[in-house]
Amino acid sequence: MPLLRRCALSLVAALAVLLSVAAPARGQDTTVAGVRIGLVYTPGTRPGVLVLPVGGVAGDSIRAILQRDFTYGDRINVIALEPSAIPPFGDGSSKPNYPLFTRLGAAAILEVTPTSFGIQVAVHNAGKGLVERTKAFPLPAGTLSANWRLALHDVADEIELWVTGVRGIAATRILYVSEGRVYQVDSDGANPTPLTGAATAMSPVWNPKATHIAYMTMGPAGQQIVIRESGGATRVLPTRNGLNMTPTFAPDGNTIVYAFGAESGTDLYATNAFGNEPARRITVGRGSDNTQPSFSPDGRRLAFTSGRVGHPEVYISDADGTNAELLTPYNFGDQSYRANPDWSPDGRLIAFEALIGGRMQIMSIGLRDRVIKRHTSEGVNEQPSWAPDARHVVFTSNRGGTRQLWVLDVESNTVRQLTRAPGGARFGAWSPPLGSR
Amino acid sequence: MNRGHRVLALSVLALAAVSACRKKPETTSTPVTPTPEPTCDQRCRDSISMAEKRRADSVAAAAAAAEAAARERALASTRATLAAAVYFEYDSDELSGDARSTLDAKLPILRANAGLRLRIAGNTDERGSDEYNLALGQRRAASVKRYLSDQGIDSGRMDIISYGEERPVVTESSEEGWRMNRRAEFEITAGGDALVAPR
Repeated sequence: MPLLRRCALSLVAALAVLLSVAAPARGQDTTVAGVRIGLVYTPGTRPGVLVLPVGGVAGDSIRAILQRDFTYGDRINVIALEPSAIPPFGDGSSKPNYPLFTRLGAAAILEVTPTSFGIQVAVHNAGKGLVERTKAFPLPAGTLSANWRLALHDVADEIELWVTGVRGIAATRILYVSEGRVYQVDSDGANPTPLTGAATAMSPVWNPKATHIAYMTMGPAGQQIVIRESGGATRVLPTRNGLNMTPTFAPDGNTIVYAFGAESGTDLYATNAFGNEPARRITVGRGSDNTQPSFSPDGRRLAFTSGRVGHPEVYISDADGTNAELLTPYNFGDQSYRANPDWSPDGRLIAFEALIGGRMQIMSIGLRDRVIKRHTSEGVNEQPSWAPDARHVVFTSNRGGTRQLWVLDVESNTVRQLTRAPGGARFGAWSPPLGSR
Repeated sequence: MNRGHRVLALSVLALAAVSACRKKPETTSTPVTPTPEPTCDQRCRDSISMAEKRRADSVAAAAAAAEAAARERALASTRATLAAAVYFEYDSDELSGDARSTLDAKLPILRANAGLRLRIAGNTDERGSDEYNLALGQRRAASVKRYLSDQGIDSGRMDIISYGEERPVVTESSEEGWRMNRRAEFEITAGGDALVAPR
């Protein structure tokens, strides 16, 4: 068509676009209740999310933290653009370049505005070309402090819920042991903080509400289990003298199951975590070793490691020890060694470590179909602990030289390094969600 | 007088002379005194007896030193025998023949020292689960204690503890290194000062 008519047509089109702009619903404090982001989430695909540059003093940090949380969640594909590559818009007089962003792969566009109390978040549906959800999130004072970061991680988790239908795990922490002390670290590796003084600690665990942790400590007369509340006060779990180890809290938060050994093997016992009642025996190992208990999320079943057939394997039983069955089948004569079970928070899988070709690797087994999958191959990989999303696992690996914590996505088997502790790190334990709900 | 009488008189005379020669009674007029010593007064006698005493003392001291050195060697050997570790096969708490011999050597010492108390510490190599290895180390220590108490040592004199894989003596990741770490160690917790070597 002739040049003049083409120009006229595009001018008209541009005018039409400008005139048809509906100002985005920014500045409002009310959530658009009941409306989920209208994205069709297909398992196996990752919706593209573009985070617009964030203004204000902490804007760059806010954008970086949100983008990193989405990336670490493995459910969102972050369209990471340099701010200079993003056409600016603001003042409510224009809207994002939806067609451009859609072409770049974004299904959702995240607009974050700092306010006097925190941040205002608007999520645009790029395909539909409109804002689908807004919410005001308060953030505590102390920009970039541990509490501030946790609150921002909680925002990322909720946005992930809007976009993918699954809540993120950024607002969590992981316990570990380095040089004999128990530490906690944020899910993105920030703020490694010691929780105990110099000692020989092992096997830290959270209680279901994350108000307490338990761990084992080694002394001249043997090992004891210590319960520490988040404020720092500790008490020793009253048990017999000897080897007391591998504590775990039941989902009810009151019962603690641990392994005790003296002169004839090691067995599992249960007692009240905050009282003083005689321990109830759970396993009768007859001289074998039974350790590393892990509850099913409904509290009705236990997984544990037992050497009762002559070498360690993973067993499951009722919470009182009855109906014990072998979970990890083996061929007689194999050099089989399976240990360290951790039951996933959705009840479907048990992660464990298994000796393969002379080295431990992280495995999982389905409770229904008993299908075993292998998740690692580089180096020695042990001590799996599930994140609340039942998809990520923190584990100990020596693949970088020293033992450190790494995080695995069991769906894609991708890994990232979590700790870089100078003295190494072991015994990772992933917390329940720590933010508000 | 005739010849017979003359012989008889001469014989009598000879006999008398001979007998007179034989007996020679001392007849002096000075008083009887003991045989005179070499010339040495009281001071001289004191210094002699002191020198003799010094000689005797140094002989005794040398003998005592030799005895003490022998005692020390025996004590050192006793301590070494007590401290000698026993070793285990992979993933096992069974006592081999060598292990039993090492333990048997400790028995006379334990019998000779009633106040002696031991702590037996079980250890593992680095392979396998860290926590499960604590349980294995505990079984190893318990196995040693059971053997010694079966040989008559009061089990109240022995404490057990496990260090799992947490206290390796060798950090090398090799068969040899692992073998040296799979051990039970012995520590005296009482009665070590008064330790005597068994006869």
